[in-house]
Amino acid sequence: MKYAVDENGYYGNFGGSYIPEMLYPNVEELRVRYLDIINESSFQKEFEYLLKQYVGRPTPLYFAPRLSEKYKSKIYLKREDLCHTGAHKVNNTIGQILLAKELGKQKIIAETGAGQHGVATATVCALMGMECIVYMGEVDIERQRPNVERMKLLGAKVVPATSGSKTLKDATNEAMRHWISHPEDTHYIIGSVVGPHPYPDMVTQFQSVISEEIMKQLEEQEDTQNPDYVIACVGGGSNAAGAFYHYLNNEEVKLVAVEASGKGNATGQSAATTVLGKPGVLHGSKTLLMQTDDGQVVEPYSISAGLDYPGIGPIHAHLFETGRVHFESATDQEAMEAGVELSRLEGIIPAIETAHALAALAKLNLKKSDVVVINLSGRGDKDLDTYIKWGEY
Amino acid sequence: MNRINKLFQEKTKDILSVYYTAGYPNLGDTMTIANHLEEAGADMIEIGIPFSDPVADGPTIQESNTIALNNGMTLKVLFDQLGELRQTNSTPVILMGYVNPILQYGLEAFCKTCQQVGVDGLIIPDLPMAEYLNTYRELFEAYDLRNVFLISPQTSDERITEIDTHTDSFIYMVSSAGTTGAKDIFEEKQLNYFKRINSMDLKNPRLIGFGISNNTTFQQATENAQGAIIGSAFIKTLTDSKDLKLDIHQFVKKIKNN
Repeated sequence: MKYAVDENGYYGNFGGSYIPEMLYPNVEELRVRYLDIINESSFQKEFEYLLKQYVGRPTPLYFAPRLSEKYKSKIYLKREDLCHTGAHKVNNTIGQILLAKELGKQKIIAETGAGQHGVATATVCALMGMECIVYMGEVDIERQRPNVERMKLLGAKVVPATSGSKTLKDATNEAMRHWISHPEDTHYIIGSVVGPHPYPDMVTQFQSVISEEIMKQLEEQEDTQNPDYVIACVGGGSNAAGAFYHYLNNEEVKLVAVEASGKGNATGQSAATTVLGKPGVLHGSKTLLMQTDDGQVVEPYSISAGLDYPGIGPIHAHLFETGRVHFESATDQEAMEAGVELSRLEGIIPAIETAHALAALAKLNLKKSDVVVINLSGRGDKDLDTYIKWGEY
Repeated sequence: MNRINKLFQEKTKDILSVYYTAGYPNLGDTMTIANHLEEAGADMIEIGIPFSDPVADGPTIQESNTIALNNGMTLKVLFDQLGELRQTNSTPVILMGYVNPILQYGLEAFCKTCQQVGVDGLIIPDLPMAEYLNTYRELFEAYDLRNVFLISPQTSDERITEIDTHTDSFIYMVSSAGTTGAKDIFEEKQLNYFKRINSMDLKNPRLIGFGISNNTTFQQATENAQGAIIGSAFIKTLTDSKDLKLDIHQFVKKIKNN
């Protein structure tokens, strides 16, 4: 595959495994074993069983008539918001906890920003009876209270990250530090297509079920596996990686990634990494990174906590550099309007992350015959407070 | 001859290497501290390049990184400060920092400036061996800079041997699974690890770091290695210090117990 990771863990110029030696045995064990483990038929069987009976897959591919009418094209929504726990994140946590069991690990750690990945991790730990610690920035704990309580209810320990900017990137730092201190019995479930190789590829594989289903479901409804467009939002980029995966080598399908541009890229209050970032190394991989001239990581801004990350997965940096994926960005304002619009037109309240993908519809010059699939990565229940504060509905 | 190699040629026991963060506690303290350390009898000096996301470091060094960055420390400022290093100071100097600031400075420019100001070696915790061998080694060697690898209790013998092959200075032994930070005493488990590595008959000397904080831990480390590295405990001393010269002299004396 042209866009697949190479044997050194790189996607073109991006990727690799920039980790302290203390983590080398853990990451190396994963690198050597992950493909064998996830391709084993017993693993596949259990993974598929849980995705079907526990997560509720396949998720529908819903033709959205009123949204289609508005944008004068044929728009389908891939309903990842209907997954158990309310977002695509659980596809990955199911895969990784099965992998952790296979590796003989007893404890799980994770980082979380908005709390969706934390909840998805706490959920599978409860399912498997494993101890779970979730690191979360002190600032995020304050603004995502309901998810903190959900994690606690599920039996996880939520540890505040109090260093640096006290948000997602610092939670990731703390999780890595914990793993350095507990290398033998602990597996780190990273929530996006970031981190040292093999994480970006591993998470992509677990999320690729999204595009696998889209192909089948679109064939049933449109007599073709290939839409004209697939659109997804990108923070770290796990839902986009999953939605794009099986289309990467099919250049007829236009792939659109939507980043959060906060209050506008010109204001600097943005999380649009492909616009504001340059190549750098953070959290184990070389990728595009928002940083100062001196190489210090810059704190991004977005109304959506899930897109509020200073980098993107190395696979996306590569897809951006090669031009395979077209990158758009949407401001807070555009995303919130798109979220309200979907609620009114289709009766679906999307997560604010997802609303960024919807905001791209107005920017694409769609034709009447265009078939568009939007990955509806999460539901908006967790964002009610933000919708209420924003108030324009 | 590179000053690190010279040090290990001349001294094979009780080597004390001290780490501190550039620009901490105050932006202008970097050279002052280096000179006090030399006078006080430190054998090697490790200067940390502050970074926004130091994942291998515990709370003490993280905090010093944050303060140093707030003080305005950058690699450019650091190299300016080190411009006068070799006029007054002949102790081996190692820069310790993460990959990203070095990449942004420009790898070759960084190596060149290191050599110009008299830096002898580098410790880059998030630079893996494979990347070092592929792209960094050639430049480090061209500018006479020694790369120092870390090993931990989880590192396999096979990999330690590989690291030993690619090292021409010393191996940094991380005392236990964990980030940087002070401990009062090492336990049986750590001591067994020190002994195990000591018996491997490596070609390079070893310094033990992470958790050295006092004469007890220094002694425990130097019984099984050529020396030890102290960071967090020294940073704490700097944090509380009202008289850098006095406190640094007392600190080194207390560690060496002489």
